[in-house]
Amino acid sequence: MHSMKAQLTSLLLLFPMVCPAQTPDGTEILKRMDANLTSDSRVFTSKMIIHGRRSSRTVESKTWSMGDRKAFTEYLSPPREAGTKMLKLEDALWIYSPSTDRTIQIAGHMLKQSVMGSDLSYEDMMEDASMADQYEATVTGTEQVNGRPCWVLQLEAVKEDVTYASRKVWVDRERYIPLKEELYAKSGTLLKKTEVFDVKRIDGRWFPGKIVFRDMLKQGGGTEFIIESIEFNAEIPEHLFTKAALR
Amino acid sequence: MTAIKLAYRNLIGAGLRTWLNVIVLSFSFVMIIWMKGMLDGWDRQARIDSIEWETGGGQYWHENYDPYDPFTFEDSHAPLTPEQENLWQKGKLVPVLITRGTIYPGGRMQNIVIKGIDVNQKLLSIPTARLDTSVYGIPAVVGSNMAQNSRLKKGDRVVVRWRDANGTFDADEVVITGIFNTTVPSIDAGQIWIPLKDLQRMTLLENEATLLVRDNTEAPMPAFAGWKFMEQDELLKDIETIIKSKTAGTSVFYMILLLLALLVIFDTQVLSVFRRQKEIGTYVAMGMTKKEVVTLFTVEGGMHAVLAVVVGAVYGIPLFIQQSTQGISFGLSGQDIGITMAETLYPLYSMELVISTIFIIVVATTFVSFIPARKISGMNPTEAIKGKIQ
Repeated sequence: MHSMKAQLTSLLLLFPMVCPAQTPDGTEILKRMDANLTSDSRVFTSKMIIHGRRSSRTVESKTWSMGDRKAFTEYLSPPREAGTKMLKLEDALWIYSPSTDRTIQIAGHMLKQSVMGSDLSYEDMMEDASMADQYEATVTGTEQVNGRPCWVLQLEAVKEDVTYASRKVWVDRERYIPLKEELYAKSGTLLKKTEVFDVKRIDGRWFPGKIVFRDMLKQGGGTEFIIESIEFNAEIPEHLFTKAALR
Repeated sequence: MTAIKLAYRNLIGAGLRTWLNVIVLSFSFVMIIWMKGMLDGWDRQARIDSIEWETGGGQYWHENYDPYDPFTFEDSHAPLTPEQENLWQKGKLVPVLITRGTIYPGGRMQNIVIKGIDVNQKLLSIPTARLDTSVYGIPAVVGSNMAQNSRLKKGDRVVVRWRDANGTFDADEVVITGIFNTTVPSIDAGQIWIPLKDLQRMTLLENEATLLVRDNTEAPMPAFAGWKFMEQDELLKDIETIIKSKTAGTSVFYMILLLLALLVIFDTQVLSVFRRQKEIGTYVAMGMTKKEVVTLFTVEGGMHAVLAVVVGAVYGIPLFIQQSTQGISFGLSGQDIGITMAETLYPLYSMELVISTIFIIVVATTFVSFIPARKISGMNPTEAIKGKIQ
């Protein structure tokens, strides 16, 4: 699960890369993906469509972020969630709820709870550890995903405290964007699948228009994450990353 | 003694009026015993069931464990000490490991609590022997309420997902090897029971437990550092609270019943004192003191309660015997409302309950009989014997 944020971040920040002539080492591919996580700043508005069994709901938000250690998100709709703000500073996360006019810190096991009922947890939002640090990657072959040639990477955890014991990632051979990812339990059961659609090039960067997260154990259409607009290297006032900005 | 004989003759002589009063009073009397017996029966049954299915003779909780806060589960477990293991082997303790998980019955996601328990335990009524079987997957038993809510049947396979001690996700299939019926919702709703060894292996918590259930005996048990002992009474406190609140609620009903019956007695007494003035005057003229006449009238009133006990016993005893042996079913299980209550309740009519109710009714009836009778002491006997209204 935590890779989703890492994926999203990498997808948003990836620089175009030229496909090497021969099959690179799996760790090398991961490092290139990790390298893409570093960025100065970005501001984007997004739409999260959560498909339940009977109905769907849409949550819109605007996010300002500096690197991957500071982020401020304000929810814009639906009316029930509008005005809710979330601040991430290093390893801490706070949420302000306008209905209660209170700011609470999300910590401990609360981090495992779902964000706005989606397939993403607060823990996923907080995750910024390097994939190369957590997994040992092996290139197992090449496959086409949505018409794009990809490296298929098998990732096995090298640390004990990772959320998923293994993953399988399909990385675009030219753009170094993960186009598909499967997350597995220790037993080998497929738990979640992430797919990226509508990859566009903006301001010289490749970024996804839509990411679909799906819990493979349950029925339902998963959660769609749609980037509506994005601005790279925008000027973000520093006071936005303070608790005072939540109210 | 004279007053009692005379009062009895007067009452029987009054015929239908007396019997109407007695029947009304006996009805209140039977109703009060019936309702109290029902609550006492529920209390006894709930306690016995809770002890047999859940609490045992008390529990040792890991110091961080809070059953009302599932977020504490991940941090509330500790390895068993050699002493605890020894008591476990002797059947005096049963370790239970608790963690959170998710099951996906029919593709629906459902958050649950996974409880690991020794398959060979005999201390609790949970049918853990059904976990001692060889199946492809993890054997699990669930309560009928959980089975119904999750649409699970015996033999069903369902995917369960959990996190190990390091927070890494894992998933496997559990096989429902048994479904048990219990009146204790706290071991049924939203949880599955699997072998302790399996859960310890799944969560990487070898030889660890969240709580230890002790046997239901008075035998002394040592204290364990890092574990807090929860007395049986403390664990049964919820039942006591529910019964207390129910008792308070039904007390209003008793009061109304009793007040109506006492009002009837009071009215009868007022009417007697008013209409039987010649008789009162005659008693005094024949040498009875006013105090004795007041006593006679008070005994007459109080005797209604005694007759009501006899009449109530005539139809009440067969009714109580039938209900306490066959039980009363309201067609509603405590599981449906989340409290420990069997679908069929067996009322408990203790001697203490019957005697205390008789005592209260006799005293109350005598008291309300005395209030109008006091007026006699202020009467002029000459005027009374003439039948003049005073």
